[in-house]
Amino acid sequence: MEGRGHSVCSAYALRVMSRSEAITRWWNQAGNRALLFQVLLMLSVVLFFFLIGATALSNLEKQGITSGFSFLSQKAGFGIIQTLVSYNESSTYGRTFLVGLLNTILISVLGIICATALGFLIGIARLSSNWLIAKLSAIYIEIFRNLPLLLQVFFWYFAVLRSLPLPRNSLQLGDWFFLNIRGIYIPRPLPEQGFVLLGIIFLMSIAGICALKIWARKYQEKTGTELPLLPASLAIFIIPSAITWFTTGQPLYWEVSSLQGLNFKGGLIVIPELAALLLALTVYTSSLIAEIVRSGILSVNHAQTEAARALGLPQRKILRLVVIPQAMRVMIPQMTSQYLNLVKNSSLATAIGYPDLVSVFAGTSLNQTGQAIEIIAMTMAVYLTINLTISWLMNRYNARVLLQEQ
Amino acid sequence: MTITHIPHPDLPPPLTSVGVAGWLRRNLFSTPLNTLLTLGAFYLLYRLLPPMVNWALLDADWSGTGREACSGDGACWVFVRMRFIHFMVGFYPEGEVWRPVAAFGMAGLLLLYLLINDLPHKGRVAGFTLLVFPCIAFFLFYGGLFGLPVVETHQWGGLMLTLILSTVGMLFALPLGTLLALGRRSSMSVARALSVVFIELWRGVPLITVLFMSSVLLPLFMPEGIRLDKLLRALIGISLFQSAYMAEVIRSGLQAVPKGQYEAADALGLSYWKAMLLIILPQAFKTVIPGIVNTFIELFKDTTLVLIIGLFDLLATVQGSFTDSKWLGFTAEGYIFAGLIYWLFCFSMSRYSHHLEKKLHTGY
Repeated sequence: MEGRGHSVCSAYALRVMSRSEAITRWWNQAGNRALLFQVLLMLSVVLFFFLIGATALSNLEKQGITSGFSFLSQKAGFGIIQTLVSYNESSTYGRTFLVGLLNTILISVLGIICATALGFLIGIARLSSNWLIAKLSAIYIEIFRNLPLLLQVFFWYFAVLRSLPLPRNSLQLGDWFFLNIRGIYIPRPLPEQGFVLLGIIFLMSIAGICALKIWARKYQEKTGTELPLLPASLAIFIIPSAITWFTTGQPLYWEVSSLQGLNFKGGLIVIPELAALLLALTVYTSSLIAEIVRSGILSVNHAQTEAARALGLPQRKILRLVVIPQAMRVMIPQMTSQYLNLVKNSSLATAIGYPDLVSVFAGTSLNQTGQAIEIIAMTMAVYLTINLTISWLMNRYNARVLLQEQ
Repeated sequence: MTITHIPHPDLPPPLTSVGVAGWLRRNLFSTPLNTLLTLGAFYLLYRLLPPMVNWALLDADWSGTGREACSGDGACWVFVRMRFIHFMVGFYPEGEVWRPVAAFGMAGLLLLYLLINDLPHKGRVAGFTLLVFPCIAFFLFYGGLFGLPVVETHQWGGLMLTLILSTVGMLFALPLGTLLALGRRSSMSVARALSVVFIELWRGVPLITVLFMSSVLLPLFMPEGIRLDKLLRALIGISLFQSAYMAEVIRSGLQAVPKGQYEAADALGLSYWKAMLLIILPQAFKTVIPGIVNTFIELFKDTTLVLIIGLFDLLATVQGSFTDSKWLGFTAEGYIFAGLIYWLFCFSMSRYSHHLEKKLHTGY
């Protein structure tokens, strides 16, 4: 009796031992631990989203907001000061979204072009052999990259553009450009009859130049002789277009603004919000791009320049064929992130009332409809898409210029 | 008879290549293009610099207490002088201003101690600064203990708020960013995927939308009865946003640690966390300190965006003071003053980061 009891006991103990041992053995396998950890992680993330989702739904229900995207077809009922597509107060929120998106794209594209041009100029000036020019560029870079962008936007908008004279006393450049508190007035090109033909001829001459270039390269590879491409391209570029321009009777009319009563009429107006934002984005980003350009050029090994000189290449070919391609390799990833930053920074428009996506959609529309989750999700999705697209394009370009290692 | 060759003494270099004349020739007038550029730059400076100096210094008004003290020819620094305390601490009650002054004085002393080389017990002081000091500073700012009256967070403002936002954002972003960086390099696919999504999501959107989200959406996600303070909501948004950027900086440091170090840690039988904390992270952090300082500079500049969700940081207090009917029309003075403060902070930090980069660059 006693013996049996003992043996049962010990068999039980053995079973328990082996179970705990099995657990220990299972636990000691790193892969199993990782699996358990990941399952727990996944569960907690799902639980987190479930909890906040449920809370948000019940909160929305209490506030009487129906979630969903039906608000996009409702009437927005507010005006926008700059629209690239037709828009009025009876347009829908969907239309508001489109207007804001286009304005964001406009400021981003303009900003990227201007900042790149100015940034390259200052970056190269920073390396100039002229002491004064180099020092002035260094001062420019150090001042503008160490000031918050929003401060610069405010400065250009409130301290500079808002203190310009009234339309009556506009500052003017020649008879074409006017500057006053309402904005910058520039002539507007108006195509007339025959402009389409000019456009076709223009595109065809560009295609012709490309074809000439390909043929010249093949010719050079075969014979070693370099053809004078520049004069030929210029001739193809100018002569046909010029002939069409005059034979069709100058089909482009420049409409100039003129003061009528208290305000300017006609022409193209750049609203001060756009001008201030563009100025601030250009100045700020160009100071960062200038540093990238400088570090890119300095990163090219000096022996490369010397080798090119030993081969007898002239100075401008050394830059074009040896230094710049190698500098680009260093610059592109950094330039990409600057472009991405510029697109994101364009959202500072909200602070001065330039009607970009964040301002008209995540600002005004959100306040009017209360559809916070949908609107913020859509806004974030737009920026994510723009960013992923730019970085995809730049990565493809980067892959092309990357060092081909054996 | 031997002929000794005695060379003539060297002729002095031509006068045009030494001294001031030589320097000018080499650096300013070496080619026709350079001469043109130099003359153009001089003309530009001549047209811009004297009026600016006249406006900002010579014709400026410094003393007085009201707007009548300003003649209007030059800058009116009286405006900045009268508003100085407001720009520094916002709407903090006047009788309690000593509290933020004490807190920032203490922070300054601690930082100074940490920055001077070769002082003993640096580790302990650093631990105190990171863990204990924030609590002391919070009680000084907020009050409620030892008879200090409570100052609500909506009264906090000015430079004080700018510094609080950036340092607190940084304090939370460092550990969170480290975790995310480790997650992104982890062999566990779920952890890696979650880290990648988190990092790319925050890095792909502007800070404004993050701030909008934290001010509009966070209250929606909270159960009824819990109300988050506006400052706290902004801090949550900034910390999450900043941790994504921090993660990428730290990841670059993790990648720079040679593979042999990881293998050696494994060979010693160290667990994952021990290997990371004792071997990998110290080396990774050493290489990315300049990068961390640079992200801090970015964050410091980005904190200005909180004015859009209605917090009064330095820029917002300056901006707000322009609407005071007694002091209309001094926007330029206000922006220049705010700009000077931001610039001094950012420039000195970037110099420091540059110095660190040189000091830490030991070369493998």
